[in-house]
Amino acid sequence: MTYFADVVTLARKDLLLELRSRDTVPAMVLFVIAALVVFSFSVPADVEERASYGLLWIGLVFTALLGLTRAFAAEREQRVLDGLVLAPCDRSAIWLGKGIAVVAFLLLAEAVALPAFHLFFEPVGWELVAGVLLADVGLASVGALLAAMAAASRTRELLLPLLFLPLVIPVVVGGVGASLAEDPGRYLAFLGLYDAVFAILSWATFEYVVTE
Amino acid sequence: MIRAEGLSRSFGTKRVLRGLDFEVAERDFLLVTGPNGSGKSTLLALCAGLLAPTGGSLDVSVERGELGYLAHEPLLYRELTALENLDLYGRLYRVPERRERIGMLLERLRLWDSRHERVGSFSRGMTQRLALCRALLHEPRLLLLDEPYAGLDDAGTALLDDELGGLAGERTFVVATHDPGRLDHVATERLGLS
Repeated sequence: MTYFADVVTLARKDLLLELRSRDTVPAMVLFVIAALVVFSFSVPADVEERASYGLLWIGLVFTALLGLTRAFAAEREQRVLDGLVLAPCDRSAIWLGKGIAVVAFLLLAEAVALPAFHLFFEPVGWELVAGVLLADVGLASVGALLAAMAAASRTRELLLPLLFLPLVIPVVVGGVGASLAEDPGRYLAFLGLYDAVFAILSWATFEYVVTE
Repeated sequence: MIRAEGLSRSFGTKRVLRGLDFEVAERDFLLVTGPNGSGKSTLLALCAGLLAPTGGSLDVSVERGELGYLAHEPLLYRELTALENLDLYGRLYRVPERRERIGMLLERLRLWDSRHERVGSFSRGMTQRLALCRALLHEPRLLLLDEPYAGLDDAGTALLDDELGGLAGERTFVVATHDPGRLDHVATERLGLS
């Protein structure tokens, strides 16, 4: 129980920080809307139907990346991560708290992005919504771990995309597949498996990322 | 409580600490002195477990939750208020009677009236006093203080003198400072780095 109390404490702190500073969610929303507007003008009408889902998923992955570059900014500025690491709680609670906050930020961005996608491109079906929800868990799991890793580096702006983008290719494959395939269940199961594998890996390795 | 044998730490090719031997017993007050770049902060980070030695051995026989660490940076969120920061740490450190303890520390370090202000709006001295509240919050057995007087005015310095004077002999201290004269009367051990 204390583990989950720590997770709630840490996630609530991240949501409060965002509510105060408002530096991450507005940037994510503006970015994803701008990307969809640009895509809507750049894709020829005859290929639009098939390409549009791919473009949406590219937009969502880069929106997540934008949020993740700021994920540990508050901890980095005042070396607060040292303070959290020294607390007697399980260090994976820091990762889980951050992951929950990242999922919340993604949901807010997607609450604007999906209606915009419906407006500019294609109707939004249940398969797409289910795919996006499953993808959020995977993006946040991997992203929170890599963001913590990158936060300790001077080249974090370069390091995070270099580590994050190759690792989330399966999310794009699963997401596009779930949106377009006749049988989306297989792709949704694939996304669920990705979430489970990477959540367990990230949970188990976070301690080694934040300590020497 | 702390035993170092041949303790060394390097960053890349730069060797900051070289073959250091020392021991700190329970309730000792170790004063660490030395010029800038001599490795005082590195030594404290090693004792806190934030860095690992690159040579020799360092044994610190306290649990994570029994250690209070005051670093150069305050380890506080600028966007949160003083009260919210201490409440966060109080929950993570499972401080019993958290609210009373936080209130008492804020009163003692003259920050009670600023408890609802964001840390980002604090002066350097207020931030340092709040960082001290954070380090003392869970009544740690071992206190690692890196330049605790940095940024404090005369009133803040007097408050810190009172705090350290009251706790010396009850807790174990490792304090890095440029100004050893101020703590000479409470120090039981001294370690000079060069």
